[in-house]
Amino acid sequence: MSVSASEISPNVGAPHSDGRRIIYRHTLLVRATHWINALCFVLLLMSGLQIFNAHPALYWGAQSTFDKPLLALTAQQGSDDSIQGVTTIFGKSFTTTGILGASRDESGQLTERGFPSWMTIPSYQDLATGRRWHFFFAWLLVLNGVVYVTNLFARRHLKDFLPSGRELRAIPASIREHARLRFPRGDEALHYNVLQKLAYLSVIVALPLLVLAGLTMSPAIDAAFPWLVTLFGGRQAARTIHFIMAFYLVGFVIVHIVMVLISGFLNNMISMITGRYAIEEGRREA
Amino acid sequence: MKREAILSRRQMLTRAAMGGAALGLAGCDRLSNATGSRSVLDAAENLTRGAQRALLAPRDALAPEYGPADLSPGFKPNGSVDPDDPDYVQARDEHFVNWKLGIGGLVDKPTQLSLADLRQLPARAQITRHDCVEGWSCIGKWKGAPLGPILTAAGLKPSARYIAFYCADTLEQTLDGTGQYYETIDLVDAFHPQTILAYDMNDEPLPVAHGAPLRLRVERQLGYKMAKYVMRIEAIESFDKMGRGRGGFWEDRGYEWYAGI
Ligand code: HEM
Repeated sequence: MSVSASEISPNVGAPHSDGRRIIYRHTLLVRATHWINALCFVLLLMSGLQIFNAHPALYWGAQSTFDKPLLALTAQQGSDDSIQGVTTIFGKSFTTTGILGASRDESGQLTERGFPSWMTIPSYQDLATGRRWHFFFAWLLVLNGVVYVTNLFARRHLKDFLPSGRELRAIPASIREHARLRFPRGDEALHYNVLQKLAYLSVIVALPLLVLAGLTMSPAIDAAFPWLVTLFGGRQAARTIHFIMAFYLVGFVIVHIVMVLISGFLNNMISMITGRYAIEEGRREA
Repeated sequence: MKREAILSRRQMLTRAAMGGAALGLAGCDRLSNATGSRSVLDAAENLTRGAQRALLAPRDALAPEYGPADLSPGFKPNGSVDPDDPDYVQARDEHFVNWKLGIGGLVDKPTQLSLADLRQLPARAQITRHDCVEGWSCIGKWKGAPLGPILTAAGLKPSARYIAFYCADTLEQTLDGTGQYYETIDLVDAFHPQTILAYDMNDEPLPVAHGAPLRLRVERQLGYKMAKYVMRIEAIESFDKMGRGRGGFWEDRGYEWYAGI
């Protein structure tokens, strides 16, 4: 997740003759933690889906109410020899053959499988190895997050993400601007706009929640901190929240990548690699 | 003209992205099996064990216990549910009256305990949540003899570092006999007050599907640590020579020896 604390210093670089100004936007620490975070996110998601496939159903509360799952990915025998993938959410069933419940393995055979093999690590069914990947990169994610958050507070960058009351009232206007694909220029581009602030802020909240829900699934952690299970409403509820949070972040990442692509892909990528970001001067045009 | 050029560039980018993703996935599969990368991944287990033990150590913290209203209506049995190993079948058919738990290895006084002997020992009952490594949880009531006092009575030799549990069930048919279920735990868990040898489940004698006549409960770890059909307990110094050397049936098949998460 690019929770990119901006290192915005308007004094870096005077405007170029072509009307562009180069600013130093992201420190090395922010850039490094961003890419480590991105790597961890992808690997944790895919190994997490491998883990999910071992028992592809979610419940609420302390225990598994096997006959009343909130979500279940199952396979059913079709009318002929073939099998059908079925997704059940809140008791409503949908046929999802090919993606959820049943999908093709390496040999092209339809097999019973929660999420398809191209979404999981390893690609074949192997819970033990999926767990090894998940917990290795969980540690890396947490250590990386500690570095990032320490820096966030030490440099008082949290305020970069806190919208003012005036900004919050201007949300509808900001949504209109985004819908017309008009992006800020000049001094306006020196700060995150209100939608960016809210999106990044939500990630700064969602990621620790995801981690806490993950830890709550540990029977040892539950012995050390019993209030955690209470907080999440039970271990199976924690598993469901872990899952929902993971997919909230998937949604964030998709929007994030689309925005990076359409608001000047190269400029954005260069700024997340070298730290330098070019700002177009002048009034915004349609 | 121009439009075509853009499209083909877009196609190229899409293909490159998909090719990259496929390569990445194949790479992950390869890394999952190569010994070098595997031992890097596996290093996280020691970090987890160290961190969790540090959090738990000062307080000998108990796993949460639940009330009778929370008992699962259908506690799911897993792994072996009806062993067909001849010795076991015979003991089961005799209702375990001739069955005896062997206690040996690095102890001063090796002994044998019948079910009646075990029932005479001070007992502990607990309603706890059973978390399977697959992801589901069930709540059940367990009653049995705490393991710690039994080991103390047998007198652990100073060299004893682990307690091994030999089980009656063959979970996988193998040529070399490594398909027999077994487990090992360290002395921290062996002497934890909630670690019991359970002979009752939900106020009834332990059913066959759940490990009759005797199963282990290690409440701060996942289900596969809690060996069922326990026949013999040994105090040992190392588990290198047992099974395939990783400390348990599932551990031999890639799962963590420390199953605290
Ligand atoms: C410190 C960080 C994390 C910890 C400790 C953690 C822990 C866990 C645990 C214990 C499970 C197993 C659940 C089960 O028994 O079924 C799990 C599953 C899963 N994890 Fe994580 N996780 C972490 C981070 C993440 C992140 C960042 C993502 C998302 C990208 C993620 C996505 C998933 C998914 C999709 C599953 C499968 C189903 C589920 O339980 O929701 N995890 N995780």
